Amino acid sequence: MKLFIFLVKRFLRLIITIFLVSTIIFFVIRVIPGDPAAVIAGIDATDEDIEAIRAKLGIDKPLALQYTEWLQRVAIFDFGKSMITDQPVTKLIMKRFPVTLTLAFFGILFGVIIAIPLGVISAVKRWSLWDYLGMAMSQLGMAIPSFWLGIILLLIFAVQFHLFPLFGFGGIKYYILPSLSLGFARAAVILRLTRASMVEELSKEYIVTAKAKGLTERMIKYKHALKNALLPVITVTGIQFGYMLGGAIIIEQVFSLPGLGRLFLTGIYQRDFTLIQGGVVFVAIIFSLINFAVDVMYSLLNPKIRIQ
Amino acid sequence: MNSHGQKASEKLLQKPLIKPPRSKASQRNRLFYASIIYLVILGAAALAAPIISPYNPNDQHLEERFAPPSGKYLLGTDNFGRDLFSRIIYGSRSALLVGIVSVSIAVVIGLTVGMIAALSEGLVDNILMLLMDSILSFPTVLLAITVVSFLGYGLLQVMLAIGVIFSPVFARIVRAEALSIKTEGYVEASRALGSSQLKIVFLHIIPNLLGKVVVQGSITFAISVVIEASLSFLGLGTQPPTASWGLMLKDARNYLVQAPWMAIYPGVALALTVLSFNIIGDTLSEKINPRIQG
Repeated sequence: MKLFIFLVKRFLRLIITIFLVSTIIFFVIRVIPGDPAAVIAGIDATDEDIEAIRAKLGIDKPLALQYTEWLQRVAIFDFGKSMITDQPVTKLIMKRFPVTLTLAFFGILFGVIIAIPLGVISAVKRWSLWDYLGMAMSQLGMAIPSFWLGIILLLIFAVQFHLFPLFGFGGIKYYILPSLSLGFARAAVILRLTRASMVEELSKEYIVTAKAKGLTERMIKYKHALKNALLPVITVTGIQFGYMLGGAIIIEQVFSLPGLGRLFLTGIYQRDFTLIQGGVVFVAIIFSLINFAVDVMYSLLNPKIRIQ
Repeated sequence: MNSHGQKASEKLLQKPLIKPPRSKASQRNRLFYASIIYLVILGAAALAAPIISPYNPNDQHLEERFAPPSGKYLLGTDNFGRDLFSRIIYGSRSALLVGIVSVSIAVVIGLTVGMIAALSEGLVDNILMLLMDSILSFPTVLLAITVVSFLGYGLLQVMLAIGVIFSPVFARIVRAEALSIKTEGYVEASRALGSSQLKIVFLHIIPNLLGKVVVQGSITFAISVVIEASLSFLGLGTQPPTASWGLMLKDARNYLVQAPWMAIYPGVALALTVLSFNIIGDTLSEKINPRIQG
């Protein structure tokens, strides 16, 4: 029952977040000086031209009306039409989203594969060579910007060894270097957390009890402690997945992948305000949904919350 | 946002990465001092750029485009034959300026909002924190890009955007700290002795939460430098011909085959700067919080 109440509350917060995010974006766009219609019309445009564009964009209506219309449309995932190409923004997004999603998925996969085993070994064998390797990787992962890592990977594996393509887009091999660049920074955070979480778990009383009961070291460390230590790791991995959607914008530019980020950037370069507005809200909604899913998963996995 | 899982993991992440046994502490201190030395040199280079740069950063030596590193051009030249070493020195100006201005904006807004929230509690507190949390519910880079795309491209806009985006982080820290300091015995005593609210804020609360703000400031500085570089890489930040590390890497991407040095050195400068601020942040956080075990 407690769990049910928690889930309902959490769901309500999801709705509130999405509402706030849509509201913020709506007003940010309108508060910032500059008239998008004037920008689109160009310098030579007459007042009538600008008025016509304003009417077409729907920004000649009263603000309150625009706002309620905007909220209604967000609720059904309709972000209007692109100012430049006149195509529905939702359709444009959905065409590009799979590329970004694949990129983020492989990115997190690389991150987890590197980070969790190394984090666990670092915690179990503190101050060993593994631990130092882990720390060095973690610091480097946080210090090296992913787009620079991408460029360096291209230099090594595309220019020097010709193992991967330098430009272009096609099958799975076009995803490997971008995912690695994206995943490395995420691995740093996950690694750091796995280590901290595992160290904390290993210092708890039940570990001592388990030792007193005569369980083997191996059993204690890798079954009891690891299981509990991974709980916060799941949360952070989920959140990191959300952040990747943002980071993907830059990585897609480095590797010229036709994903959401590229669409978004094109929108920015062409000053396509509806596309930008829709793109941001879309990513923010996905981001909130991921956080929601992570929280639900955490509460289902964590017996403490279930019982409370 | 503040859910169970996230709270637990945030607490864990606040722990310093390396909490060495006593014998390893000197190693860690060495890294800390190395970082400070690097940043001092970088700061000095930024200030003295016109004196120490071998060339004007914007001078084009068109007959010597893509010259590899040599005695004449220490780190080689770019696609316009501009000296990379001089451009990296000048680029440190943009990087450090962004860090200083963005962090200052974030601290001022965060301190004000966090303090108001902590002192008023109740409805005002709830509304302010809800607003702060909703800013945090966007991926940072995406939000920065969006704000800049509306404000217009350029260094100033980038600094403003980063400052506003990171203010919630400071607001949350300030609020949490202020709430706990407020109930400490000595603050209660001071209040009982008739100190005004203002006196308590400036004499007791702010000095006691400054440590945490400095730690977060150092980490935020590092993130700001990366975001500026990222935005410049996308063409939304520093505008050419001004030297900026991100902008240099943007050019480098197109000439990976002809001039790999263009891609290497600006990135090294960038990564070392970020690394230094992270190490300083980590070390300070451990020093002001000796109770934390790792």
